[in-house]
Amino acid sequence: MATANVLIPRSVIRKGDIVTLKAIIAHPMETGFRRTETGGEIPRNIIRHVSCHYDGVEVFSCDFHPSISANPFLAFTTIATKTGPVSFIWTGDNGFRHVETAIMNVTD
Amino acid sequence: MRPLVSIVMLGLAMAVLPLHAQDIPAHDRLSGFEMMGADVQAMQRDDFSNPAMLSVREGEQLWSRAPAQGKKSCQGCHHDVATSMTGVAARYPAFDAGSNRPIDLAGRIQQCQTERQGVQAAPRESALLLALQALVALQSRGMPIAATADPRLAAARERGQALFNQRFGQLNLSCAQCHNQNWGKSLGGTRIPQGHPTGYPIFRMEWQAVGSLQRRLRNCLTGVRAEPFAPGSPELIEIELYLMQRSAGMAMDAPAVRP
Ligand code: HEC
Ligand code: HEC
Repeated sequence: MATANVLIPRSVIRKGDIVTLKAIIAHPMETGFRRTETGGEIPRNIIRHVSCHYDGVEVFSCDFHPSISANPFLAFTTIATKTGPVSFIWTGDNGFRHVETAIMNVTD
Repeated sequence: MRPLVSIVMLGLAMAVLPLHAQDIPAHDRLSGFEMMGADVQAMQRDDFSNPAMLSVREGEQLWSRAPAQGKKSCQGCHHDVATSMTGVAARYPAFDAGSNRPIDLAGRIQQCQTERQGVQAAPRESALLLALQALVALQSRGMPIAATADPRLAAARERGQALFNQRFGQLNLSCAQCHNQNWGKSLGGTRIPQGHPTGYPIFRMEWQAVGSLQRRLRNCLTGVRAEPFAPGSPELIEIELYLMQRSAGMAMDAPAVRP
Protein backbone atom coordinates (compact mmCIF):
# COMPACT_ATOMS: atom_id res chain seq x y z
CA MET A 1 0.00 0.00 0.00
CA ALA A 2 1.26 3.43 -0.90
CA THR A 3 1.46 6.54 1.26
CA ALA A 4 -0.48 9.48 -0.10
CA ASN A 5 -1.71 12.84 1.15
CA VAL A 6 -4.62 14.99 0.08
CA LEU A 7 -4.71 18.63 1.15
CA ILE A 8 -7.86 20.71 1.33
CA PRO A 9 -7.44 24.30 2.59
CA ARG A 10 -8.15 24.59 6.31
CA SER A 11 -9.71 28.04 5.96
CA VAL A 12 -13.51 28.38 5.93
CA ILE A 13 -14.81 27.30 2.51
CA ARG A 14 -18.09 28.76 1.27
CA LYS A 15 -20.34 27.44 -1.45
CA GLY A 16 -19.13 28.77 -4.80
CA ASP A 17 -15.55 29.38 -3.61
CA ILE A 18 -12.67 28.40 -5.89
CA VAL A 19 -10.65 25.90 -3.89
CA THR A 20 -7.13 24.60 -4.58
CA LEU A 21 -6.84 20.86 -4.00
CA LYS A 22 -3.40 19.26 -3.66
CA ALA A 23 -2.32 15.64 -3.67
CA ILE A 24 0.99 13.81 -3.42
CA ILE A 25 1.73 10.09 -3.48
CA ALA A 26 4.85 8.05 -2.77
CA HIS A 27 5.73 6.28 -6.02
CA PRO A 28 9.09 5.64 -7.75
CA MET A 29 7.78 6.52 -11.28
CA GLU A 30 10.46 4.27 -12.74
CA THR A 31 10.65 5.28 -16.41
CA GLY A 32 11.60 1.95 -17.96
CA PHE A 33 14.46 3.65 -19.77
CA ARG A 34 17.08 3.12 -17.10
CA ARG A 35 19.48 0.25 -16.62
CA THR A 36 21.17 -1.28 -13.61
CA GLU A 37 24.92 -1.02 -13.02
CA THR A 38 25.35 -4.32 -14.85
CA GLY A 39 23.26 -3.28 -17.86
CA GLY A 40 20.02 -5.05 -16.98
CA GLU A 41 16.78 -3.32 -17.82
CA ILE A 42 14.84 -1.74 -14.97
CA PRO A 43 11.23 -2.42 -15.92
CA ARG A 44 8.83 0.47 -16.20
CA ASN A 45 6.73 1.09 -13.10
CA ILE A 46 4.68 4.25 -13.34
CA ILE A 47 1.29 5.62 -12.40
CA ARG A 48 -0.76 5.82 -15.60
CA HIS A 49 -3.88 7.65 -14.55
CA VAL A 50 -5.10 9.93 -11.77
CA SER A 51 -8.62 11.11 -11.17
CA CYS A 52 -10.33 13.14 -8.49
CA HIS A 53 -13.97 12.79 -7.51
CA TYR A 54 -15.91 15.29 -5.45
CA ASP A 55 -19.61 15.47 -4.78
CA GLY A 56 -20.19 12.47 -7.04
CA VAL A 57 -18.49 14.12 -10.03
CA GLU A 58 -15.09 13.60 -11.59
CA VAL A 59 -13.58 17.08 -11.24
CA PHE A 60 -10.10 16.31 -12.54
CA SER A 61 -8.26 13.55 -14.35
CA CYS A 62 -5.05 13.14 -16.27
CA ASP A 63 -2.70 10.55 -17.76
CA PHE A 64 0.86 10.20 -16.56
CA HIS A 65 3.76 9.16 -18.76
CA PRO A 66 7.40 8.21 -18.14
CA SER A 67 9.63 11.03 -16.88
CA ILE A 68 7.08 12.50 -14.53
CA SER A 69 8.98 12.81 -11.26
CA ALA A 70 8.88 10.31 -8.42
CA ASN A 71 6.24 11.07 -5.78
CA PRO A 72 4.11 13.08 -8.21
CA PHE A 73 2.48 16.20 -6.83
CA LEU A 74 -0.73 17.64 -8.26
CA ALA A 75 -2.56 20.89 -7.60
CA PHE A 76 -5.67 22.20 -9.32
CA THR A 77 -8.74 24.24 -8.52
CA THR A 78 -12.39 23.30 -8.34
CA ILE A 79 -15.57 25.01 -7.17
CA ALA A 80 -16.94 24.16 -3.74
CA THR A 81 -20.52 22.89 -3.91
CA LYS A 82 -21.29 21.05 -0.68
CA THR A 83 -19.64 19.18 2.16
CA GLY A 84 -18.44 15.80 1.01
CA PRO A 85 -15.55 13.47 0.31
CA VAL A 86 -12.81 14.37 -2.17
CA SER A 87 -11.26 11.13 -3.45
CA PHE A 88 -8.11 10.77 -5.50
CA ILE A 89 -7.60 7.52 -7.38
CA TRP A 90 -4.18 6.63 -8.76
CA THR A 91 -3.82 3.60 -11.04
CA GLY A 92 -0.73 2.31 -12.80
CA ASP A 93 1.61 -0.47 -13.83
CA ASN A 94 1.67 -3.81 -12.01
CA GLY A 95 -1.94 -3.39 -10.92
CA PHE A 96 -1.11 -0.33 -8.83
CA ARG A 97 -4.16 1.31 -7.32
CA HIS A 98 -4.46 3.71 -4.41
CA VAL A 99 -7.41 5.73 -3.15
CA GLU A 100 -7.01 8.60 -0.71
CA THR A 101 -9.99 10.55 0.58
CA ALA A 102 -10.37 13.77 2.54
CA ILE A 103 -13.53 15.62 3.47
CA MET A 104 -14.22 19.13 2.19
CA ASN A 105 -16.35 21.09 4.64
CA VAL A 106 -18.46 23.71 2.89
CA THR A 107 -20.52 26.33 4.72
CA ASP A 108 -23.45 27.94 2.97
CA MET B 1 31.10 15.87 -21.53
CA ARG B 2 31.40 19.40 -20.21
CA PRO B 3 30.88 18.56 -16.51
CA LEU B 4 33.70 16.04 -16.73
CA VAL B 5 36.04 18.59 -18.24
CA SER B 6 35.21 21.08 -15.52
CA ILE B 7 35.80 18.47 -12.79
CA VAL B 8 39.21 17.74 -14.23
CA MET B 9 39.99 21.45 -14.55
CA LEU B 10 38.92 21.99 -10.95
CA GLY B 11 41.18 19.10 -10.04
CA LEU B 12 44.10 20.77 -11.71
CA ALA B 13 43.33 24.10 -10.05
CA MET B 14 43.22 22.39 -6.67
CA ALA B 15 46.42 20.48 -7.18
CA VAL B 16 48.40 23.61 -6.35
CA LEU B 17 46.47 24.41 -3.15
CA PRO B 18 47.87 23.47 0.26
CA LEU B 19 46.97 19.98 1.45
CA HIS B 20 45.37 21.00 4.74
CA ALA B 21 42.44 23.13 3.79
CA GLN B 22 41.31 25.69 6.33
CA ASP B 23 38.07 25.12 8.21
CA ILE B 24 35.19 27.42 7.40
CA PRO B 25 34.94 30.19 10.04
CA ALA B 26 31.71 30.02 12.05
CA HIS B 27 30.35 33.30 10.64
CA ASP B 28 30.73 32.01 7.06
CA ARG B 29 28.88 28.77 7.63
CA LEU B 30 25.89 28.17 5.35
CA SER B 31 23.71 25.09 5.38
CA GLY B 32 22.79 23.26 2.20
CA PHE B 33 19.32 24.76 2.63
CA GLU B 34 20.66 28.31 2.64
CA MET B 35 22.72 27.64 -0.49
CA MET B 36 20.02 26.10 -2.66
CA GLY B 37 17.54 27.85 -4.95
CA ALA B 38 14.34 29.48 -3.71
CA ASP B 39 12.17 26.92 -5.49
CA VAL B 40 13.77 23.94 -3.74
CA GLN B 41 13.69 25.84 -0.45
CA ALA B 42 9.96 26.36 -0.89
CA MET B 43 9.52 22.65 -1.58
CA GLN B 44 11.34 21.77 1.64
CA ARG B 45 9.61 24.39 3.77
CA ASP B 46 6.12 23.13 2.96
CA ASP B 47 5.65 19.78 4.66
CA PHE B 48 2.98 18.89 2.13
CA SER B 49 5.22 19.33 -0.91
CA ASN B 50 8.36 17.90 0.73
CA PRO B 51 8.41 14.32 -0.60
CA ALA B 52 10.54 13.16 2.35
CA MET B 53 7.51 13.75 4.57
CA LEU B 54 5.83 10.79 2.86
CA SER B 55 8.66 8.73 4.26
CA VAL B 56 8.01 10.23 7.72
CA ARG B 57 4.38 9.21 7.43
CA GLU B 58 5.44 5.69 6.60
CA GLY B 59 7.75 5.81 9.62
CA GLU B 60 4.85 6.83 11.86
CA GLN B 61 2.92 3.76 10.80
CA LEU B 62 5.95 1.51 11.35
CA TRP B 63 6.62 3.03 14.77
CA SER B 64 3.41 1.66 16.28
CA ARG B 65 3.23 -1.57 14.29
CA ALA B 66 4.49 -4.82 15.82
CA PRO B 67 7.03 -6.25 13.35
CA ALA B 68 5.67 -9.74 13.91
CA GLN B 69 3.25 -11.56 16.19
CA GLY B 70 4.32 -11.29 19.81
CA LYS B 71 7.11 -8.77 19.06
CA LYS B 72 7.15 -5.28 20.52
CA SER B 73 6.71 -2.25 18.31
CA CYS B 74 9.08 0.70 18.65
CA GLN B 75 6.28 2.44 20.50
CA GLY B 76 6.00 -0.48 22.91
CA CYS B 77 9.34 0.54 24.42
CA HIS B 78 9.86 4.16 23.37
CA HIS B 79 6.23 5.36 23.65
CA ASP B 80 5.54 8.69 21.96
CA VAL B 81 8.23 9.34 19.34
CA ALA B 82 7.83 13.12 19.76
CA THR B 83 8.93 12.79 23.39
CA SER B 84 11.42 9.95 23.45
CA MET B 85 13.28 10.86 20.25
CA THR B 86 13.53 14.63 20.71
CA GLY B 87 17.06 15.75 19.90
CA VAL B 88 18.36 12.21 19.40
CA ALA B 89 19.37 12.57 15.73
CA ALA B 90 21.17 15.83 16.56
CA ARG B 91 23.65 13.99 18.80
CA TYR B 92 24.46 10.93 16.70
CA PRO B 93 26.74 9.04 15.97
CA ALA B 94 27.07 7.93 19.59
CA PHE B 95 29.29 5.49 21.41
CA ASP B 96 27.95 1.95 21.60
CA ALA B 97 29.24 0.30 24.73
CA GLY B 98 28.27 -3.20 23.56
CA SER B 99 30.43 -3.19 20.45
CA ASN B 100 32.90 -0.67 21.87
CA ARG B 101 32.52 1.41 18.68
CA PRO B 102 30.72 4.47 17.39
CA ILE B 103 27.27 3.73 16.04
CA ASP B 104 25.14 5.91 13.76
CA LEU B 105 21.39 6.38 13.97
CA ALA B 106 20.67 3.78 11.30
CA GLY B 107 22.88 1.30 13.14
CA ARG B 108 21.09 2.00 16.42
CA ILE B 109 17.69 1.39 14.84
CA GLN B 110 18.98 -1.85 13.30
CA GLN B 111 20.29 -2.81 16.73
CA CYS B 112 16.85 -2.31 18.26
CA GLN B 113 15.38 -4.48 15.50
CA THR B 114 17.76 -7.41 16.01
CA GLU B 115 18.53 -7.25 19.73
CA ARG B 116 15.34 -5.81 21.20
CA GLN B 117 12.58 -6.68 18.75
CA GLY B 118 14.11 -10.03 17.79
CA VAL B 119 13.55 -9.53 14.05
CA GLN B 120 15.90 -9.22 11.11
CA ALA B 121 17.32 -5.73 10.73
CA ALA B 122 16.10 -3.72 7.74
CA PRO B 123 19.02 -3.19 5.35
CA ARG B 124 20.62 0.22 4.97
CA GLU B 125 18.95 2.38 2.29
CA SER B 126 15.80 0.25 2.44
CA ALA B 127 12.59 2.28 2.38
CA LEU B 128 11.71 0.84 5.79
CA LEU B 129 14.89 1.88 7.57
CA LEU B 130 14.91 5.30 5.87
CA ALA B 131 11.33 5.86 7.00
CA LEU B 132 12.27 5.21 10.64
CA GLN B 133 15.41 7.36 10.27
CA ALA B 134 13.32 10.19 8.79
CA LEU B 135 10.77 9.93 11.59
CA VAL B 136 13.45 10.03 14.30
CA ALA B 137 15.39 12.81 12.54
CA LEU B 138 12.27 14.98 12.28
CA GLN B 139 12.13 15.05 16.10
CA SER B 140 15.33 17.14 16.04
CA ARG B 141 14.08 19.71 13.54
CA GLY B 142 15.34 23.18 14.37
CA MET B 143 17.58 21.89 17.15
CA PRO B 144 21.33 22.59 17.04
CA ILE B 145 23.69 19.78 16.10
CA ALA B 146 25.23 18.69 19.39
CA ALA B 147 28.33 16.62 18.69
CA THR B 148 28.81 14.58 21.84
CA ALA B 149 31.85 15.26 23.96
CA ASP B 150 32.18 11.55 24.83
CA PRO B 151 35.95 10.99 25.07
CA ARG B 152 35.51 7.43 23.79
CA LEU B 153 34.61 8.93 20.40
CA ALA B 154 37.66 11.17 20.13
CA ALA B 155 39.92 8.73 18.29
CA ALA B 156 37.25 7.83 15.72
CA ARG B 157 36.44 11.50 15.15
CA GLU B 158 40.09 12.24 14.53
CA ARG B 159 40.22 9.45 11.98
CA GLY B 160 37.17 11.04 10.38
CA GLN B 161 38.93 14.38 10.22
CA ALA B 162 41.96 12.74 8.62
CA LEU B 163 39.69 11.12 6.01
CA PHE B 164 38.11 14.51 5.36
CA ASN B 165 41.51 15.93 4.49
CA GLN B 166 42.75 12.92 2.55
CA ARG B 167 42.82 12.96 -1.25
CA PHE B 168 40.78 10.23 -2.93
CA GLY B 169 40.24 8.70 -6.34
CA GLN B 170 41.48 9.30 -9.84
CA LEU B 171 40.75 12.99 -9.45
CA ASN B 172 42.85 12.99 -6.29
CA LEU B 173 40.66 15.41 -4.36
CA SER B 174 39.84 15.61 -0.65
CA CYS B 175 36.49 16.49 0.89
CA ALA B 176 38.13 19.61 2.30
CA GLN B 177 39.28 20.82 -1.10
CA CYS B 178 35.71 20.94 -2.33
CA HIS B 179 33.79 21.75 0.84
CA ASN B 180 36.21 24.05 2.70
CA GLN B 181 38.14 25.69 -0.10
CA ASN B 182 35.77 25.78 -3.06
CA TRP B 183 32.27 25.96 -1.63
CA GLY B 184 30.04 28.36 -3.50
CA LYS B 185 31.76 27.67 -6.83
CA SER B 186 30.19 25.69 -9.64
CA LEU B 187 31.01 22.09 -10.35
CA GLY B 188 29.36 21.27 -13.64
CA GLY B 189 25.85 22.55 -13.11
CA THR B 190 25.85 22.38 -9.31
CA ARG B 191 27.03 24.76 -6.64
CA ILE B 192 29.44 23.13 -4.22
CA PRO B 193 27.85 23.28 -0.75
CA GLN B 194 29.82 23.39 2.49
CA GLY B 195 28.89 19.80 3.22
CA HIS B 196 26.88 20.13 6.44
CA PRO B 197 24.94 17.01 7.51
CA THR B 198 21.92 18.95 8.83
CA GLY B 199 19.16 17.43 6.73
CA TYR B 200 19.54 13.66 6.57
CA PRO B 201 17.85 11.56 5.42
CA ILE B 202 17.03 13.79 2.44
CA PHE B 203 14.84 13.61 -0.63
CA ARG B 204 17.30 14.28 -3.42
CA MET B 205 15.89 15.29 -6.79
CA GLU B 206 18.73 13.64 -8.64
CA TRP B 207 18.03 10.35 -6.87
CA GLN B 208 14.28 10.78 -7.16
CA ALA B 209 14.21 9.10 -3.78
CA VAL B 210 14.97 9.46 -0.10
CA GLY B 211 18.54 8.58 0.85
CA SER B 212 20.90 8.66 3.80
CA LEU B 213 24.01 10.69 4.56
CA GLN B 214 26.06 7.61 3.76
CA ARG B 215 24.56 7.47 0.29
CA ARG B 216 25.46 11.15 -0.14
CA LEU B 217 29.04 10.51 0.99
CA ARG B 218 29.36 7.51 -1.31
CA ASN B 219 28.19 9.77 -4.15
CA CYS B 220 30.92 12.29 -3.37
CA LEU B 221 33.48 9.48 -3.38
CA THR B 222 32.35 8.05 -6.72
CA GLY B 223 32.30 11.67 -7.96
CA VAL B 224 36.08 11.79 -7.60
CA ARG B 225 36.22 8.26 -9.07
CA ALA B 226 37.23 6.57 -5.86
CA GLU B 227 35.95 3.20 -4.69
CA PRO B 228 33.40 4.31 -2.09
CA PHE B 229 33.45 2.93 1.47
CA ALA B 230 30.79 0.27 2.02
CA PRO B 231 27.46 1.23 3.59
CA GLY B 232 27.75 0.96 7.38
CA SER B 233 31.55 0.84 7.24
CA PRO B 234 33.54 2.31 10.15
CA GLU B 235 35.04 4.91 7.79
CA LEU B 236 31.68 6.40 6.84
CA ILE B 237 30.67 6.59 10.51
CA GLU B 238 33.99 8.24 11.37
CA ILE B 239 33.46 10.83 8.63
CA GLU B 240 29.95 11.46 9.94
CA LEU B 241 31.33 11.94 13.46
CA TYR B 242 33.72 14.56 12.18
CA LEU B 243 31.07 16.26 10.03
CA MET B 244 28.76 16.58 13.05
CA GLN B 245 31.51 18.25 15.06
CA ARG B 246 32.40 20.49 12.10
CA SER B 247 28.76 21.59 11.88
CA ALA B 248 28.05 21.69 15.64
CA GLY B 249 25.52 24.36 16.55
CA MET B 250 23.86 24.47 13.14
CA ALA B 251 20.13 23.82 13.08
CA MET B 252 18.87 20.43 11.93
CA ASP B 253 16.47 20.62 8.98
CA ALA B 254 15.80 16.92 8.39
CA PRO B 255 14.19 15.52 6.42
CA ALA B 256 15.47 17.99 3.84
CA VAL B 257 15.13 18.34 0.08
CA ARG B 258 18.32 18.71 -1.95
CA PRO B 259 18.80 19.16 -5.69
C1 HEC C 1 34.74 17.33 -6.38
C2 HEC C 1 34.17 18.04 -5.26
C3 HEC C 1 33.68 17.23 -4.07
C4 HEC C 1 34.38 16.38 -3.27
C5 HEC C 1 35.83 15.97 -3.40
C6 HEC C 1 33.48 15.95 -2.24
N1 HEC C 1 32.25 16.52 -2.41
FE1 HEC C 1 30.72 16.44 -1.14
N2 HEC C 1 29.54 17.47 -2.44
C7 HEC C 1 29.98 17.99 -3.64
C8 HEC C 1 28.85 18.59 -4.34
C9 HEC C 1 28.89 19.29 -5.68
C10 HEC C 1 27.72 18.38 -3.52
C11 HEC C 1 26.27 18.80 -3.78
C12 HEC C 1 25.66 18.03 -4.89
C13 HEC C 1 24.26 18.46 -5.22
O1 HEC C 1 23.60 19.06 -4.41
O2 HEC C 1 23.84 18.15 -6.33
C14 HEC C 1 28.20 17.69 -2.32
C15 HEC C 1 27.41 17.36 -1.23
C16 HEC C 1 27.91 16.92 -0.01
C17 HEC C 1 27.15 16.83 1.22
C18 HEC C 1 25.68 17.20 1.38
C19 HEC C 1 25.46 18.59 1.89
C20 HEC C 1 24.00 18.93 2.10
O3 HEC C 1 23.70 20.11 2.24
O4 HEC C 1 23.15 18.05 2.14
C21 HEC C 1 28.00 16.35 2.18
C22 HEC C 1 27.65 16.11 3.63
C23 HEC C 1 29.28 16.13 1.55
N3 HEC C 1 29.18 16.49 0.22
C24 HEC C 1 30.40 15.61 2.18
C25 HEC C 1 31.55 15.22 1.51
C26 HEC C 1 32.61 14.44 2.10
C27 HEC C 1 32.65 13.96 3.53
C28 HEC C 1 33.55 14.26 1.14
C29 HEC C 1 34.84 13.45 1.22
C30 HEC C 1 34.66 12.03 1.42
C31 HEC C 1 33.10 14.97 -0.04
N4 HEC C 1 31.88 15.51 0.21
C32 HEC C 1 33.82 15.10 -1.21
C33 HEC C 1 31.27 18.02 -4.08
C34 HEC C 1 32.32 17.29 -3.54
C1 HEC D 1 12.26 -4.02 23.69
C2 HEC D 1 12.41 -2.57 23.80
C3 HEC D 1 12.79 -1.80 22.55
C4 HEC D 1 12.18 -1.83 21.32
C5 HEC D 1 11.04 -2.71 20.86
C6 HEC D 1 12.84 -0.84 20.52
N1 HEC D 1 13.83 -0.23 21.24
FE1 HEC D 1 14.99 1.33 20.63
N2 HEC D 1 15.99 1.27 22.40
C7 HEC D 1 15.73 0.42 23.44
C8 HEC D 1 16.70 0.64 24.51
C9 HEC D 1 16.78 -0.11 25.83
C10 HEC D 1 17.57 1.66 24.03
C11 HEC D 1 18.79 2.26 24.73
C12 HEC D 1 20.03 1.60 24.21
C13 HEC D 1 21.29 2.22 24.75
O1 HEC D 1 21.28 3.40 25.10
O2 HEC D 1 22.28 1.52 24.77
C14 HEC D 1 17.07 2.03 22.72
C15 HEC D 1 17.65 3.03 21.96
C16 HEC D 1 17.11 3.51 20.75
C17 HEC D 1 17.57 4.67 20.05
C18 HEC D 1 18.68 5.62 20.50
C19 HEC D 1 18.15 6.55 21.54
C20 HEC D 1 19.20 7.43 22.17
O3 HEC D 1 18.81 8.26 23.00
O4 HEC D 1 20.37 7.33 21.83
C21 HEC D 1 16.82 4.80 18.92
C22 HEC D 1 16.92 5.88 17.86
C23 HEC D 1 15.88 3.69 18.93
N3 HEC D 1 16.07 2.95 20.04
C24 HEC D 1 14.95 3.47 17.94
C25 HEC D 1 14.08 2.37 17.93
C26 HEC D 1 13.20 2.07 16.83
C27 HEC D 1 13.06 2.89 15.55
C28 HEC D 1 12.53 0.94 17.17
C29 HEC D 1 11.53 0.17 16.33
C30 HEC D 1 12.04 -0.34 15.08
C31 HEC D 1 12.99 0.54 18.50
N4 HEC D 1 13.94 1.43 18.92
C32 HEC D 1 12.52 -0.54 19.20
C33 HEC D 1 14.68 -0.46 23.53
C34 HEC D 1 13.83 -0.78 22.48
